[in-house]
Amino acid sequence: MAYKRNINKLPIIPKGAKKHNVVCNYCIVGCGYHAYTWNVGADGTTTNNIFGENLSVQQGADSDAWYSPSMWNIVKQNGKDVNIVIKPDKNCVVNSGLGSPRGARQGELNYSQSTSTQLQRLTDPLVYRYGQLQPTSWDDAIGLVADVTKAVIDDQGEDGLFVSAFDHGGAGGGYENTWGTGKLYLESMKIKNIRIHNRPAYNSEVHGTRDMGVGELNYCYEDTELADTIVSVGANSLETQTNVYLNHWVPNMRGTSMDKKKKQLPGEDHAPARMIFVDPRRTVTINSAEAEAGKENVMHLAINSGTDLALFNAWMTYIDSKGWVDKDFIKASTMDYDKMVKGNKTSLSEAAKITGLTTKQIQQSAEWIAKPKGNKRRRTCFVYEKGLIWGNDNYRTNCSLTNVAAATGNIGRPGGGCCRMGGHQEGYFRPADGFIWEGNPAKPPYVDKLLIEGKGGVHHVWACDHYKTTLNAHEFKRVYKKRTDIVKDAMNEVPHGDRKALVKAIMGAIKKGGLFSVDVDIIKADIAEAAHVILPAATSGEMNLTSMNGERRMRLTERYMDPPGQALPDCIIASKLGEAMGFSGYGWKTEEDAFMDGYHNGTGKIVTYDRLRAMGNNGVQEPVIDYKDGKLVGVKRLYADGKFDRHGKDHKKLIFKESKWRGLQAPGKEAQKKKFKYLINNGRANHVWQNAYLDRKNQFVTDRWPYPFIEMNPSDMKNIGVSEGDLVEVFNDDGSTQAMVYPTPTAKKKETFMLFAYPTGVVGNVVNDGVNEVIIPNYKQTWANIRKLANKPSGVNHVSFKSKEYKI
Amino acid sequence: MKKTGKRCQRLVDEGRRSFLRGSAASVGTIAAATILQTKKVEASNFPSNKLANVKDLKTNVPLDINYPDEDSPGVLLKLGSKVEGGVGPDGDIVAYSVLCPHKGYPLNYNDADKVFNCPGHYSVFDAEKGGLQVWGQATQNLPQFKLKVSSGGDIFAEGVDELIYGRLSNVL
Repeated sequence: MAYKRNINKLPIIPKGAKKHNVVCNYCIVGCGYHAYTWNVGADGTTTNNIFGENLSVQQGADSDAWYSPSMWNIVKQNGKDVNIVIKPDKNCVVNSGLGSPRGARQGELNYSQSTSTQLQRLTDPLVYRYGQLQPTSWDDAIGLVADVTKAVIDDQGEDGLFVSAFDHGGAGGGYENTWGTGKLYLESMKIKNIRIHNRPAYNSEVHGTRDMGVGELNYCYEDTELADTIVSVGANSLETQTNVYLNHWVPNMRGTSMDKKKKQLPGEDHAPARMIFVDPRRTVTINSAEAEAGKENVMHLAINSGTDLALFNAWMTYIDSKGWVDKDFIKASTMDYDKMVKGNKTSLSEAAKITGLTTKQIQQSAEWIAKPKGNKRRRTCFVYEKGLIWGNDNYRTNCSLTNVAAATGNIGRPGGGCCRMGGHQEGYFRPADGFIWEGNPAKPPYVDKLLIEGKGGVHHVWACDHYKTTLNAHEFKRVYKKRTDIVKDAMNEVPHGDRKALVKAIMGAIKKGGLFSVDVDIIKADIAEAAHVILPAATSGEMNLTSMNGERRMRLTERYMDPPGQALPDCIIASKLGEAMGFSGYGWKTEEDAFMDGYHNGTGKIVTYDRLRAMGNNGVQEPVIDYKDGKLVGVKRLYADGKFDRHGKDHKKLIFKESKWRGLQAPGKEAQKKKFKYLINNGRANHVWQNAYLDRKNQFVTDRWPYPFIEMNPSDMKNIGVSEGDLVEVFNDDGSTQAMVYPTPTAKKKETFMLFAYPTGVVGNVVNDGVNEVIIPNYKQTWANIRKLANKPSGVNHVSFKSKEYKI
Repeated sequence: MKKTGKRCQRLVDEGRRSFLRGSAASVGTIAAATILQTKKVEASNFPSNKLANVKDLKTNVPLDINYPDEDSPGVLLKLGSKVEGGVGPDGDIVAYSVLCPHKGYPLNYNDADKVFNCPGHYSVFDAEKGGLQVWGQATQNLPQFKLKVSSGGDIFAEGVDELIYGRLSNVL
């Protein structure tokens, strides 16, 4: 049976409950929420409550006066138990009261000793002692980390310190925490062997567009309400940027943003949006778009996996040949247009052959993008995400799409934009990092590979889990375990209490190929199995935290509860470590100190916590340029003035880029495709946030997905001899993993889709180590064979394998 | 897909309108009460309400009911094959709230897939798997009504296993 909470009643929020601004700490969209807290036992009543509503009667749809059990919890605030409800903010322009199945569980995803939620959270520093990880003091744990790190640097130089670090916003960083870690590794030290989050180097996933001068988050969400056409590339936004889709795209498809279009963009024709989806797979996003916009207004370009670039270049060639480009813009604000058009020339038939589309589909989609409406330019908004970012030939493909958007005059204009949709929120503020590339501007060290090769002596891991979210993960885990075990064995030989002897033994093990691993996280990540020291971090809401969303909307999430046990904000941990290593410029007492030291001082000294707090859940769109009449002043969309600066060039022109098709770019992909039968496309699911680091202990999620699904066409299932729910092994020369078969008649034959980064089956195990020229992984183009492991396990009997599609 | 009666279509239209408006719609006016008999079940505070008799049900055709009171619409459904949690002689009778636990829009029953669909934000709940959210935006599976069948075939609802949308107490 499906998991049910059997909660029949929730405490009512009383008048006078404390109200905190909260931005959902998960995805890029950054929906606004409020956290209400009040003392246990001091509940409101049906007639006397914070809503001023009579709650003894049924509330209607979209009610602001209802919250689900997943939004409620009992947490500690200043040491005392309080009720908490974290519910969506109806007045936040991002989500208008909508909550996703991830964000609307923030309440129950908090640490609670009263309700036993998220008891997996780390509460104390842990060190490897007596053959196990044992709790200890901050001073002891930090002291050991500092001593070993200093010893490694003395022996190997700073290149012996390897770092894996978060670099985002929300629970994946925040301006305070990226600054804290950034100051430590990029200013106090100059660490070259550093890598980010779920990729094996320190690099941008959107290097192409940046080199053209175009920052990747250049629009505002309202542009998707104003566009004539939305082009979505490799983005399944209903599942992965849910409330941008529901609150901004859907009104445009339904025609309910028409008044806004007419008001803001008078003097031109307007119609509900046309939708173009570039994705080898039919997604629930496409399904719902057909339901909303009508099939006649939706094009699904189900290209051969990894051939996006050829399609975009054909669009560019066709659009140029028709003259549907913005000549004034090209002349005034860009360079190298003719060179790009010549270099990227691709005929409709060439592109059809590569992509598997028909020439008619390519031509029609080009018309939807650029054919003028009357004598006016069409307004087309281009968005892209992991299908492009983690797809074939990332750099060039990124350039090819941005070429089309720029040539058609769709950057910096209402209803336009050429933007990544995003994964996490953003929150990057760090010292200059150029030294990492050391004269090779596009190529940072491939850190995961260096670790596999035995390089480095100490590894600081900040909220990254290579065991679940890296490529070549099978091999990485094998080597990482072996190297860290060498150090554990050496530590076991030392009588404890003797730090000098311990450090000496650790250094001896490192010289034999060992690796000392320090994990800083909010939970015990899978990679922490290998750790020698674990440091417990606080997350958003347990600390004040600033981030920006996918339209650069910056807000402050206010601290609403205590961190578990001794856990501390990452910036404070970095500060402690910096001091223990003998560096100056730390000693921050609060996260606000770190914010002021970094973001505030580095961005014109305009933004403060108080000013941001006053801006509430609507915040301010970065860059923040002024503080006027008691309000922070930001910028609605970038490049409205036609000046492009992301490349750092003084001329401020957008540079069109030649970006020719060259087949499967990453080493090993072509051979893997030839040798193995099934495409193992992979990505996210609606219920699950990121690598399920919290969701793995959330019964609502694990009940739905005990194992990662692999969507398969029924004829492929027949060929392998499997039924729904059966466990299969997915394997190739790079590794193996497992998944649960989900029959999917809409899947193309031999093209499967597996849930990414799931704890009970890691797709990264079968992703080979091939990367592009800037060390960006290619997760999407992976091929493997599939064999049956077992019949449906009993833990899967309750699971539904019906179609995920909405049917009218 | 075969439509399953005027009410379901009406519920879809209702949901669509309320989404277009973006404002609250009263769900209390949707269906007429079919509460035939009411008494309190002391331990849980839930009423024991007679919903229908087994003889009233047609296979795979949802019957409109309300539980625990007339402002909480639901359906009683004989699925045609035995399911876990099903009651009646064939172990195939179930009952659910038809307010989507995401935003309270009225659900539509799809008899081909035996799922409930939400016209507001496209959620899908499996009627054969205890209301498991196949895909969707809610943070809970569909509230199911606990049923008991008397020797004479009368079907009683006696409890709910999740919080029904729009009320902070299932029993108001």
